[in-house]
Amino acid sequence: MNDVEVIKEDVVLDCSGMLCPMPIVKTTKAIKELQSGQILKMISTDAGSPPDIAAWSRQTGNELLLSTTEGNTFVFFLKKS
Amino acid sequence: MSKSNPNAPKRLALISSKGTLDWAYPPFILASAAGAMGWEVGVFFTFYGLTLLKPELTAAVSPLGNPAMPMKMPFGPEGFKNINWQMPNLLMANVPGFEGLATNLMKQTFHNKGVATIEELRESCLELDVRLIGCQMTMDVFGFKKEDFIPQAEIGGAATFLEYAADADVQLFI
Repeated sequence: MNDVEVIKEDVVLDCSGMLCPMPIVKTTKAIKELQSGQILKMISTDAGSPPDIAAWSRQTGNELLLSTTEGNTFVFFLKKS
Repeated sequence: MSKSNPNAPKRLALISSKGTLDWAYPPFILASAAGAMGWEVGVFFTFYGLTLLKPELTAAVSPLGNPAMPMKMPFGPEGFKNINWQMPNLLMANVPGFEGLATNLMKQTFHNKGVATIEELRESCLELDVRLIGCQMTMDVFGFKKEDFIPQAEIGGAATFLEYAADADVQLFI
């Protein structure tokens, strides 16, 4: 079973083509618009994003539910705290 | 050393002392990233870093005196773009417009790679409530007035920075 199909996001943010620090800057902006418990799906092509989003999640307290890689694309599911 | 308020969010204190395009990136990248992580951020601009507070950013880059700086062509096939062009000092120092050329090549390469511009990063910093503080002493030395800077810029001196940095978790001089 594919985890990506289980988690249902409320909002999708596509950061494809952006480099550090814009994916986390845009993610912060997007998460501010959400209600507590809602889920943001963020797509990035920046190879620095997997460790950066993990660090961002630890620092902000917004939970990283899932981090996946599809070729050169990284997909994250983040739950607003 | 302990923070005066243990419940305060993490804090980043930066000094930005260089005004060239290449050195303008690190403070704005770190400041916006820390702001995005919910940290308090203050950037103190001193000496040549002060120019980064002007409304119109004119930061340029010179390969002269940057011996390890690769020059990349922002166009053409991938193999061509990946070549590190070695420019003799004589050429860099004597050809009029060489610095402008190098600046445009760097800006175009950064754009092609997906790096935000300095303007975009500074705007992100302001949206994330990063404090941008000009150093009064160097403003006097270089003839800058508060009105020369963006309206969000604050003014302070060494004591202002030290008090802010004493309560910071990360302090960096750039």
